[in-house]
Amino acid sequence: MATQRKWLVWRVAVFLAALAPLVFWSWQVANNAAGPEPGRYLLLNIGIGGLWMLLLTLSLTPLTKLTRWKGFALIRRQLGLWTLAYATLHMLSYALFILGLNWALLGSEIVKRPYIIVGMIALIGLSVLGATSNKWSMKRLGKRWKPLHKFSYLILSLVLLHFFWVVRADMSEWAMYAAIAALIMATRLPPFARSLPKLRYRLSRT
Amino acid sequence: MLIKIAKPSDLHESDVTPESIYLSRRRFMGGMAGLGAGLALSGHARANADYSDVPDGNAPAWLKEKISDTQWRAITPSDPEKDKIAPFDDASGYNNFFEFGTDKGDPARYAGSLQTEPWSVVVDGEVNNGGRFALEDFAKPSQFEERIYRLRCVEAWSMVIPWLGIPLAEIIKRADPTSKAKYVRFETLVDPEQMRGQRSSFSIIDWPYVEGLRLDEAMHPLTIMAMGMYGRELPNQNGAPLRLVVPWKYGFKSIKSIVRISLVEEQPINSWQQIAADEYGFYANVNPNVDHPRWSQATERRLPNSLFSTNTIDTRMFNGYEDEVAELYAGMDLRKHY
Repeated sequence: MATQRKWLVWRVAVFLAALAPLVFWSWQVANNAAGPEPGRYLLLNIGIGGLWMLLLTLSLTPLTKLTRWKGFALIRRQLGLWTLAYATLHMLSYALFILGLNWALLGSEIVKRPYIIVGMIALIGLSVLGATSNKWSMKRLGKRWKPLHKFSYLILSLVLLHFFWVVRADMSEWAMYAAIAALIMATRLPPFARSLPKLRYRLSRT
Repeated sequence: MLIKIAKPSDLHESDVTPESIYLSRRRFMGGMAGLGAGLALSGHARANADYSDVPDGNAPAWLKEKISDTQWRAITPSDPEKDKIAPFDDASGYNNFFEFGTDKGDPARYAGSLQTEPWSVVVDGEVNNGGRFALEDFAKPSQFEERIYRLRCVEAWSMVIPWLGIPLAEIIKRADPTSKAKYVRFETLVDPEQMRGQRSSFSIIDWPYVEGLRLDEAMHPLTIMAMGMYGRELPNQNGAPLRLVVPWKYGFKSIKSIVRISLVEEQPINSWQQIAADEYGFYANVNPNVDHPRWSQATERRLPNSLFSTNTIDTRMFNGYEDEVAELYAGMDLRKHY
């Protein structure tokens, strides 16, 4: 019972932490502290926030292997769904605050701008993963569930490509995220994946 | 009555006036306005009274003096209701000045480190009267004018800014170009100590930032060298102490914190053209019919906007200065020369 409560507190804490940036950005906008283009402020911050969510979600498996702490696995679905929520809000911000719900413009933009197409594909991918993240789908998909959800790495690549195409002048921020993504992906490669438990053993002895 | 002469002159007045007459008339007005401003200071409310909420800067005495002598409202938008001046906080808090970082807030955050006094400008190349000039000597012979211009960023947003400055044409005339001079090339300061963006090893820009104009574009009466805005000197993030303003071109043409002006024979390669020639050309005239490869240029978001209204308006050919500048590009294929 005590451990049950402990995990519930942990999950609620993660939920609140993931919600906090959205509350903060909305607060900034409500107080006119988000600059002359509040829609763009939300769009960019939520976009970067979504990338953070995706990177955090994908770092949970290697972290579990490294530490064997059960808490990481417990929040994986939640953070995955947060990624989908941020991505959806990012797209909605674009449609509402940049395009002003001008659907004709949205249509022509999607066809002409490769970064929007790539972003939309990533969002569709996240939606599929979100829709199949429940227990019923896991049961229905059986062995196919895991390979399906490995597509999250492909989605991460698409998100980075989407980001890459928007950068105008300085790649340093993008390079930082790309480096983190590369590190996470590397930990899933068999030779590295095998060395993680060994690393844990070594760390636990020092 | 003198003040009446200096009252807002509509941009469209130049439609029917040949450029040479327009220029001489403007010079006449400049002289009269000097008198007018002198009178205004001695009693009447100053013409820039609506900048009362703009924070005072820290301008050197000579610049304060030049600014107080400004011909206020020398050029204003023909529709001031549609083209409302942006709040000072937005114009000075939302900037692209990659020398200080790529976030729109970075320039306001970090440009304080820039030392703008003393400042000197090198004028060289195909000129008879070149050299290194203290900014003060550079500015002194000319009358300051207030020009309220639309500023259209290549990123599809725009603001209306009241600049204070002098026509670039006067500076070029004083430099006395030789017959070989065909273009003007501008350079921004390079000083990684003061400009933290230049310390980034991931920057795509090969410093210094370079811009250029064809000589007739540079001589056009709408082209100015700004040293102030909102009735005061330029904040550092807006390109202090000396920047170009070319209102019919995308904002990136209006190079900031200039240290060198060269009259040259060959068309200069401006920084953005060097970085991505398929996205940014030499001319960079505001043109709703030629899209940026990654976004449409047909419309723009007039700032400040809000969540409930994007304030999207149609982008106008040459940013609405078509009557004044279209003849510069007669016969040119603007799809090719974007």
